[in-house]
Amino acid sequence: MKLYLLIPFLPLAAFVINILLGKEVLRDKAHWPSVLAVVGSFIVTITSVLPQAMAGKVINEDLYTWMLSGTFNVTVGFLIDPLTAVMLVVVTTCASLIHIYSVGYMHGDKGYYRFFAYLSLFTFFMLMLVMGNNFMQLYFGWEGVGLCSYFLIGYYLNKKSAADAGKKAFIVNRFGDFGFGIGVFMIFLTFGTLHYVPVFANAAGIAGQTVNFLGWNVDLPTLIALLLFCGAIGKSAQIPLHVWLPDAMEGPTPVSALIHAATMVTAGIFMVARCNPIFNLSEVAMNTVAIVGAATSLFAATIAITQNDIKRIIAYSTCSHLGLMFLACGVGAYAAGIFHLYTHAFFKALLFLAAGSVIHAVHTNDIQEMGGLKKYMPITYAVFVIAALSAAGIPGFSGFFSKDEIIWSAYASHSSVGKLVWLMATAVAFLTPFYTFRLIFLTFHGKYRGGHHEESHGHGAHHKEHHFHESPKIMTIPLILLAVGAVAAGWVGIPPILGGGAHFAKFLEPVLGHPEFHGTHAEEFGVMGLSTTIALIGIALAAFFYLKRTDLPKKLAEKFIGIYKISYNKYYIDELYDFTIVKPTMWIADKVLVAITDAKIIEGVVNGVPGAIGKFSEKLRKIQTGLAQHYGIFMAAGAFFTIALVLLLQ
Amino acid sequence: MEQVIMNQLSYPILSTVIFLPVLGALLILITRRSWELLTKWIALGTSILTFIVSLTLFTDFDKSTHKMQFAEKFSWIPDWNIYYFLGVDGISVLFVLLSALIAILCVLISWDSIKTKVKEFYISILLTTSFMIGVFCSLDFFLFYLFWEAMLIPMFLIIGVWGGPNRIYAAIKFFLYTLVGSVLMLVGIIVLYLYAGNTFNILDLMTKTYPYNMQLWLFWAFFAAFAVKVPMWPVHTWLPDAHTEAPTAGSVILAAILIKMGAYGFLRFSLPLFPEASKAMVPVMLTLSVIAIIYGAVICFAQTDLKRLIAYSSVSHMGFVTLGIFALNTQGIEGGILQMLNHGIVTGALFLSVGIIYERTHSRLIADYGGLATPMPIYAAFFMVFTLAAVGLPGTNGFIGEFLILLGGFTANKLAGVLGATGIIIGAGYMLWLYQKIFFTEVNKKVMGLPDMDIRETITLIPLIILVLWIGIYPNPFLDFMHPSVQHLLERVNTGGVQEANIAKTIMEVIR
Repeated sequence: MKLYLLIPFLPLAAFVINILLGKEVLRDKAHWPSVLAVVGSFIVTITSVLPQAMAGKVINEDLYTWMLSGTFNVTVGFLIDPLTAVMLVVVTTCASLIHIYSVGYMHGDKGYYRFFAYLSLFTFFMLMLVMGNNFMQLYFGWEGVGLCSYFLIGYYLNKKSAADAGKKAFIVNRFGDFGFGIGVFMIFLTFGTLHYVPVFANAAGIAGQTVNFLGWNVDLPTLIALLLFCGAIGKSAQIPLHVWLPDAMEGPTPVSALIHAATMVTAGIFMVARCNPIFNLSEVAMNTVAIVGAATSLFAATIAITQNDIKRIIAYSTCSHLGLMFLACGVGAYAAGIFHLYTHAFFKALLFLAAGSVIHAVHTNDIQEMGGLKKYMPITYAVFVIAALSAAGIPGFSGFFSKDEIIWSAYASHSSVGKLVWLMATAVAFLTPFYTFRLIFLTFHGKYRGGHHEESHGHGAHHKEHHFHESPKIMTIPLILLAVGAVAAGWVGIPPILGGGAHFAKFLEPVLGHPEFHGTHAEEFGVMGLSTTIALIGIALAAFFYLKRTDLPKKLAEKFIGIYKISYNKYYIDELYDFTIVKPTMWIADKVLVAITDAKIIEGVVNGVPGAIGKFSEKLRKIQTGLAQHYGIFMAAGAFFTIALVLLLQ
Repeated sequence: MEQVIMNQLSYPILSTVIFLPVLGALLILITRRSWELLTKWIALGTSILTFIVSLTLFTDFDKSTHKMQFAEKFSWIPDWNIYYFLGVDGISVLFVLLSALIAILCVLISWDSIKTKVKEFYISILLTTSFMIGVFCSLDFFLFYLFWEAMLIPMFLIIGVWGGPNRIYAAIKFFLYTLVGSVLMLVGIIVLYLYAGNTFNILDLMTKTYPYNMQLWLFWAFFAAFAVKVPMWPVHTWLPDAHTEAPTAGSVILAAILIKMGAYGFLRFSLPLFPEASKAMVPVMLTLSVIAIIYGAVICFAQTDLKRLIAYSSVSHMGFVTLGIFALNTQGIEGGILQMLNHGIVTGALFLSVGIIYERTHSRLIADYGGLATPMPIYAAFFMVFTLAAVGLPGTNGFIGEFLILLGGFTANKLAGVLGATGIIIGAGYMLWLYQKIFFTEVNKKVMGLPDMDIRETITLIPLIILVLWIGIYPNPFLDFMHPSVQHLLERVNTGGVQEANIAKTIMEVIR
């Protein structure tokens, strides 16, 4: 029996059990199958798969033939190499903790069983995505996680904004998948197979080849890489398809932590890293990945600083961190990207879950309505700060090691693009701590500012404030465990310069290779020192604005109202898409296709031809006068012409 | 007759499957009008029996050959060389099964909703089933044409008698539209008959080669019949009207089986009989297919009527099918055939689902719904699975079909593949839009407190759910049917045609 098969199929079994029995039989015990299944997957990963991968054993096995048509042949099969092993650790660890946390967070919800059913289904698809040995299975998991994301964003069925957000996520992702799908077609046409091993083994053979694509002669590796990257842009919420992620915060908070921070959104990075033999062949594609990543990272960070919704801030932060991961891939430092993916999963899941703990207590998402929560929720506060320090890249915390690795890789790649994205990443290194600590100071420090709504109902703010309490143990224990990860998970990748062994990168080297660095130790220390200093300044500035001179932010916003508004309104991208894509499509459908082509042109012919025949026959009917004389004349004339014709032809 | 494997079973299975429903119809004819329940049970019993008999085709089919199987051949009208000649191959066999299955579901879904002229209704349903199966089994052009046209009559009645308020217009439009196309095909059939030495034998006709000009003319004559049935853009406008006005069972038959016949016609006749013309017309056909995909999808956004939306989505989905067929490669054609099956399953299921709520609310307006997931969660779950299959989500049957088609289309013509693929974006757009309008947001007063699906309705949909997932997860048992037949078809398309120079007659000579 192949033990690793349990990893994806346990959650699938839990999904089936919950869908069939959850509503009527399990009810408030519906979490049991899901939690047990995901913990089972976690145990198998840690005890069986990870040790095997560390021993250098690669599994590549087919389960059954999925599709066979002519020369097209794909299987459902599994590839477990170091990259997959890392992803499995990330997914099963985070999923386990978040499942447990959800038991407390979703307690008493109407759709309790439904929530856990979706969560299990998601886990199944995510595991299939990272474990597949071919592009079709990747696509299967890819769309599957998107579907579960759609279900879970729209989990609160009767809320229109939630339904809109879910739909938006699905459709925006479809735009990316469109490119991704065509990329998969190109891979099949080029290599005759969709299985990773033969495709990557032969990838070097297509270097420099050109192909005619829709009339243009383009470089084949560039074309394939960029098409695949389209999918990554959608799934990992990069510019210009980032718009769905902030809206996705309509879902319950554990969903944001699991799907929209730790796992699903990182699938794009995983895919790019997995396809590194193809991306490496194209400088254009690599630079595109680096620049899109860096641009998104900076762009999202500039939005995050003005938002007031606690979850949206973290969502933009996620966009920003995902951008950093792409940046790393784009400069060839795939291992650094995956390393950040791994540490990010811990500190970002923690940020979300801690935010969930806050929302659970105060029942609002608006940080302007919070404040002073530190004393009521000490554990939440503590883990929030740990997560923030990790995200900010403060030395010693997980996030520091991965972020530093990325920034150094960008600098040390010694290309002009590398230098550019290094500058942008350094700017992000300043903004991240600023907005994260802005969030902390507004939420936990100062005085409680909420309760306006309650006042009108006769409850004073203070009255309500005393009701705040720390979340139950089932929620805080996962928080503490994740906090351990947010601090220590990165220690497996401490760079040699700090006395570590960079074990993480070495483990992944057989799959991801090793980037070429050009730089001295002095430079490396310099780059590290710069980004750390700048991060500390970011925290200090946030403290100055939001602890000391709390009147300043408002004044600044008023002074630079234009810039503030652009940031606050997210650069008006949603409005732009609405105006250029959504509205015109609707208009064409209604005013052109229905009203003109279908109703006037096609139906005009369809109803017009019979009409014309009818009119013609009405005219023809007029010679049927019923008068014998007329008929006699017609007969005589006819006979005359016929005889004349016959005579002439002879 | 090396093309045929005669029926080895102890009974003529194809004739049994074709005429069992007729027998059921005759039984209903002699039951008393007031015994409605007996009528329904006879209809259900015969359709189930038909399906059970047809299952032997699934299990005993020889998947290693392209030859016609379970064949039966008797001389019928010797003077004109007309035979009663039946047989199925990998292209047609699955549709026989699908037709038999759909018949059961149509009877079930009509159980409570048809209250007038009950006898006549079930007779019509059974006769339609019989004729449809006949179309897929006929190997003699005369017999084929007979079934092809006969099918129109009960279908015309189903729409015209048990349909919605505007049923007469819709029924006549449906009838005339398809009749005009069919008549042109009839001319084509007669030309072939005369040219090939007075034979209606489809297999014989396929071994001959025809001059290019003649192929071209005949291609368009047959096109008229098939394109209307598919329906291809721009001859699609009968479909929304017919679907909208037809009773649920009528819409289901139309969507699941009837419109498949057009695509089937292209595969069975146009490609092998006129290979050179088919190849020459590929650009035209691909263009029309891509237009249908995009046009049919975009127009869905402007629909206010549930059934009309699904009808237009059929135009889009059938665009995929014709795209696959005229990609003229293995993946495209196999994907096309599978997608015909898929579309039958999924769109059939969607119309059945619409029928289920229509019975409760008597409204087809999308605006009359909202929040339906709250009173009817099981129904919402079923509808979701079909929605996902319609948008081609991996794991459902729709994905397998669309993927193979787009792969085939892309291989044949990159632009067609790319443009066709935009259909999956738009498809997700309108289907999720529809789903949200009906099931999410605040509960509309009109649907508050509606009962969820009962056992009969659930049983009606369960076979389709199973098929959606089965084909999605393990499509090979279905694809295996097609491989030899599609291979054979492609060989014919690629090598058949006008190589033999002994043919110099023009079409005018033939007519003289």
